[in-house]
Amino acid sequence: MKVTKKDMENVAVLSRLDIPADKEAQYTQQLNDVLEYFDNLSAVNTDDIKPLAHVLPISNVFREDVVKESLDRDLALSNAPLKEDGYFKVPKVLED
Amino acid sequence: MKLFEQPAHVLHDMLVNKEITSLELTEAVLARIDEVEGDVKAYLTITRDVAIAQAKAVDEKIAKGETISFLEGIPGAIKDNICTKGVKTTCASKILQNFVAPYDATVMTKLKAQNPVIIGKANMDEFAMGGSTENSAFQKTGNPWNTECVPGGSSGGSAAAVAAGTAVWALGSDTGGSIRQPASFCGVVGMKPTYGRVSRYGLVAYASSLDQIGPITKDVTDCAHILNIISGRDEMDSTSVNEEVPDFTKALVEDVKGLKVGIPKEYFVKGIDPDVEKTVREAIDKLKELGAEIVEISLPNTDYAISTYYLISPAEAATNLARYDGVSYGERAEDAADLVEMITKTRTQYLGEEVKRRIMIGNYALSAGYYDAYYLKALKVRRLIKEDFDKAFEQVDVIVCPTAPTPAYKIGEKISNPLEMYLQDACTVPLNLAGLPGISVPCGYSSDNMPIGLQIIGKALDEETILRVAYTYEQSQSYHNDRAQLGGN
Repeated sequence: MKVTKKDMENVAVLSRLDIPADKEAQYTQQLNDVLEYFDNLSAVNTDDIKPLAHVLPISNVFREDVVKESLDRDLALSNAPLKEDGYFKVPKVLED
Repeated sequence: MKLFEQPAHVLHDMLVNKEITSLELTEAVLARIDEVEGDVKAYLTITRDVAIAQAKAVDEKIAKGETISFLEGIPGAIKDNICTKGVKTTCASKILQNFVAPYDATVMTKLKAQNPVIIGKANMDEFAMGGSTENSAFQKTGNPWNTECVPGGSSGGSAAAVAAGTAVWALGSDTGGSIRQPASFCGVVGMKPTYGRVSRYGLVAYASSLDQIGPITKDVTDCAHILNIISGRDEMDSTSVNEEVPDFTKALVEDVKGLKVGIPKEYFVKGIDPDVEKTVREAIDKLKELGAEIVEISLPNTDYAISTYYLISPAEAATNLARYDGVSYGERAEDAADLVEMITKTRTQYLGEEVKRRIMIGNYALSAGYYDAYYLKALKVRRLIKEDFDKAFEQVDVIVCPTAPTPAYKIGEKISNPLEMYLQDACTVPLNLAGLPGISVPCGYSSDNMPIGLQIIGKALDEETILRVAYTYEQSQSYHNDRAQLGGN
């Protein structure tokens, strides 16, 4: 097995997900199966090959910095699970 | 043919000639929904009253003698990952189950300028992750040709609606085959345009370097018309290309004489269903008979496309879906002691299994110690896959192959094995990795009478040639006139 229990716990933290105890073995097995399959890539010689993140030959698209109408604040807040005085509200982040 | 079975171009002419009204047409489609939607379950939201109002407005315009645009007054469906202002946009996820889009996607703005009738929002795999629409958090869509079978995915609701006659046309999105494969499974036409041809602004992001919106229609003619409407540079999407959009309907020419059609040998190997191979080979023979030159080609890195795709797309998804944190929109879990616990509980409670799996694969591939071996390696192989196509297109004008290795399978048959599901995408993911356009057109049936699709792949920004080949093939056959037998029909 490539993926250990510890790897799985680490990846869950990175993903901000809890893995229920009764699913842990199944998730680990499935991740292992997939990663083992991905190992077929190791047969490909990629020396001197540049990574391709994006197919288009464009980068740094600029536009004039002009003020335009943007989303109305009430509309932007309309889907917020919790809001107060025109702000998104979350549990306290900083200590007193 | 009944009204709801007709393609948009026929209905448009009927509207112009005052043979029908948009209200009659819209009511026929809504009545079809009443008849078959209980079995097909293609829609997550149906905006019946809005649709009726839109139809009446179009009829008033026609009565006044005003000219109407191609899609005006013609009912369609929108995949539920495309933002529709004032209408729920759920991505078939519980985390967005109450999300009402505060703005329109650019494709919606462009469509609305044409005044079509929007019937509703179509079911899909949650966040477009899947190939069967079984990953929807809300319902399983049935294939109109056999409702015990999947419609394909992730745009399964869009394809099923068009095939069932509960929409005349639809929009889908395609990250690794999500327009073409359900089109193939449901016996309709689906196109993924060149990456950058259509703005992604307002398309809920899955894998940003691969996602593209495109049409799902009853025939190639409708596909070209809708592509005309949705294409073009958009300053809200810096990856949309600044190239002139041709009139794609000019490509609807019955002529493939002298065109070089490449057949990639790697797409006809292990795992391909014999019925699929037979019908696709017959379609290739037909193209030859119609005057095309058939050239065997090789795309040697095809075998690595699945691994490459299933590393890159989850990596991008892990990043894109970090936004579902219960803060600015979407659901939020209750009773969390602090911010991190709130975020973790929210995501754990409201995201589905396949979405979680891909987020974890992505974060694993991007994490310290594995980044070079997995993510970076995949990006390098992506370049090799693209170069395979570049080389092939020095020799040929289009590439033709199956859209999917099998016809539609039974609901529940593959869902428990993620890897087996991923392997189903072998024929479609290479195009997304290379950014190329591709279309699926019906080319026959399996022994169980399930539709099979022919995939035609083109050079970047050369949708015209694939439309031409697709149209010529379509017109030489009658599959585009076949309709699923469903309900009283």
